[in-house]
Amino acid sequence: MLHIVNKSPLDRNSLDAVLGTGDGGAILLIEDGVYAATKGNAYEPKLKAAMAKFKIYALQGDLEARGISDRVTDGVAAVDYAGFVDLVADNKTNQSWL
Amino acid sequence: MSGDIKKFMMVNRKAPYGTIYALESLEVVLIAAAFEQDVSLAFLDDGVYQLKKGHQTKGIEVKGFEKTYGALEDYDVEKLYVDQESLTARGLTAEDLCVPVEVMSRAELGKLMEEQDVLLSF
Amino acid sequence: MKFGILVSEGPYTHQASDSAYQFTKAALEKGHEIFRVFFYHDGVNNATRLTTPPQDDRNIVNRWSKLAEQYNLDMVVCVAAAQRRGIVDEGEAKRNGKDATNLAPGFRISGLGQLIEAGIQSDRMVTFGD
Repeated sequence: MLHIVNKSPLDRNSLDAVLGTGDGGAILLIEDGVYAATKGNAYEPKLKAAMAKFKIYALQGDLEARGISDRVTDGVAAVDYAGFVDLVADNKTNQSWL
Repeated sequence: MSGDIKKFMMVNRKAPYGTIYALESLEVVLIAAAFEQDVSLAFLDDGVYQLKKGHQTKGIEVKGFEKTYGALEDYDVEKLYVDQESLTARGLTAEDLCVPVEVMSRAELGKLMEEQDVLLSF
Repeated sequence: MKFGILVSEGPYTHQASDSAYQFTKAALEKGHEIFRVFFYHDGVNNATRLTTPPQDDRNIVNRWSKLAEQYNLDMVVCVAAAQRRGIVDEGEAKRNGKDATNLAPGFRISGLGQLIEAGIQSDRMVTFGD
């Protein structure tokens, strides 16, 4: 299953909600969700721990727009919109954690 | 509609009245039921506040919709799942809710999500 | 593969409509089919042709209209959500006694059943919101 998260984890609990609910699959960070994937962010240890269960992706355009594409946490895969489409196609279900 | 039945789950994570999502999501539930789909509702995080009984909306001059949850069973929508952890974190128990629900752990709710065809979040 | 798209926020305030547009465009360019784009909640505000953003900004409404024209997209605005927020086509104006219309080209107003139908007919449904 693909979990789509569009909120910063320091502002809202969307990503926490995914980690507490899901038991694996893929997480795609988009919009303000991409802040979760930055080095030195207070959420970084949680994200790294989550990598044991989830494959983490972040939308390249959203990283670049926010000036953080050069400090993406190791292990996070950047994807473009075409990659976003592939992730949706490759997973039977997806959930946007609004 | 050629008899297609899919499993639809409406995922509710937002409290009522502060935003319109809870109300407009109920409208989706009723339509999905009219299309005779396999509909379930999940309530977690602040979404559990939607079911807190005793809404009195006269003071804010907004139409209350607590009664609609009670009417869901008339539409054969009987699968209402509520996250235990979210209730506890808000000082609520199943007795505080306006309709009978199935309370389960977050992990169990997560498993149910995996089984759906369509997840709509509001 | 067949995709259905749900847009739950209006233009400009949230990025949701931008993300939905980029996703839809990328899916079409990859050869996927978009069964329908459904606009709900404040998402119906993406369908007003009266928006006039500054010239150096993207025109979100026109962009959707153009994409619809190019790919023959079915873009549906929820009637109940539209009535609440003042998105009106000729039929709605007549029915509700309004003196103007504002529905942009490429959009049509219809019922919530269109969202459920999109969920039934599409292989994947993706929601963009707040």
